[in-house]
Amino acid sequence: MTFHDALFLILATASAVSALGVVVSSSIIRSAIWLLFMLMGVSGLYFFLGAEFLGAAQLIVYVGGTMVLVVFGGMLTTRGPFDHVPVGLVGWVLGGGLSLALFALLVQASLSFVSHPRTDTALPGTGPLGLTLLGVPETPGQTAYLLPFEIVSIHLLVVLIAAAYLARAKRRPTSTHPEADHG
Amino acid sequence: MVEFGFPAFLVLSAFLFACGLTCLATKRNAIGILMGVELILNAANLNFVAAARFVPTFRLEGQVFAVLVIVLAAAEAAVALAIFLNFYNNHATVNVENATDLKG
Repeated sequence: MTFHDALFLILATASAVSALGVVVSSSIIRSAIWLLFMLMGVSGLYFFLGAEFLGAAQLIVYVGGTMVLVVFGGMLTTRGPFDHVPVGLVGWVLGGGLSLALFALLVQASLSFVSHPRTDTALPGTGPLGLTLLGVPETPGQTAYLLPFEIVSIHLLVVLIAAAYLARAKRRPTSTHPEADHG
Repeated sequence: MVEFGFPAFLVLSAFLFACGLTCLATKRNAIGILMGVELILNAANLNFVAAARFVPTFRLEGQVFAVLVIVLAAAEAAVALAIFLNFYNNHATVNVENATDLKG
């Protein structure tokens, strides 16, 4: 077993175990911490694959940004420590069975792929990636992605305004749920 | 000797996807459902990056699409949490079983 394979095994096992932890944890904050380790494992896999920019982006955006949102969302909406909603046996059987069936199907499809040999030439780095997103193709015949980049920019602006509008603090004049006011 | 190539990444990604789907199906907490969506998006992203590595014609495109997915996932998480906080302000819970009165 080469060093590459051992590294892949470690990273993949860490990600898979953490993903399982997200599913089986009943406390929402524990799920969030498992999700944190899963995201770090996937980030490590990006570095392993040679996509340094994506690994860094995953760390910054997911681990640094989205996880803070999720953890604070979880803490703001639980009513006490270790607050959890129990999952019934029917839910586990139905949800788990559906997922297992889909997993078996996807594994069968994945193993039918012809494995391309791992090329050791480096992936295009941050420079070619940025130029492609700005509409300057690396080689003349290549597709550039200026329009998706602009759409994503506008989308982020819209999302920013919508999130600020939806989550703003407000008091309703009349309340049909009296118990909701101390939340 | 077993060489871990493209299929190994696809299998790992399928496992993450199945975990995310189980999260979606079993969790009753809206934040837990959001975590399931994050798992699924990460599984898809891992496929993109693995394809960028192993498929010669996909070297730049795989990374571009992965960047777009990361950005859209962050935006989706922000809006979803804003909606959940709004729901919590009105109902004092984020249990999705209690969201049945969200009509018109």
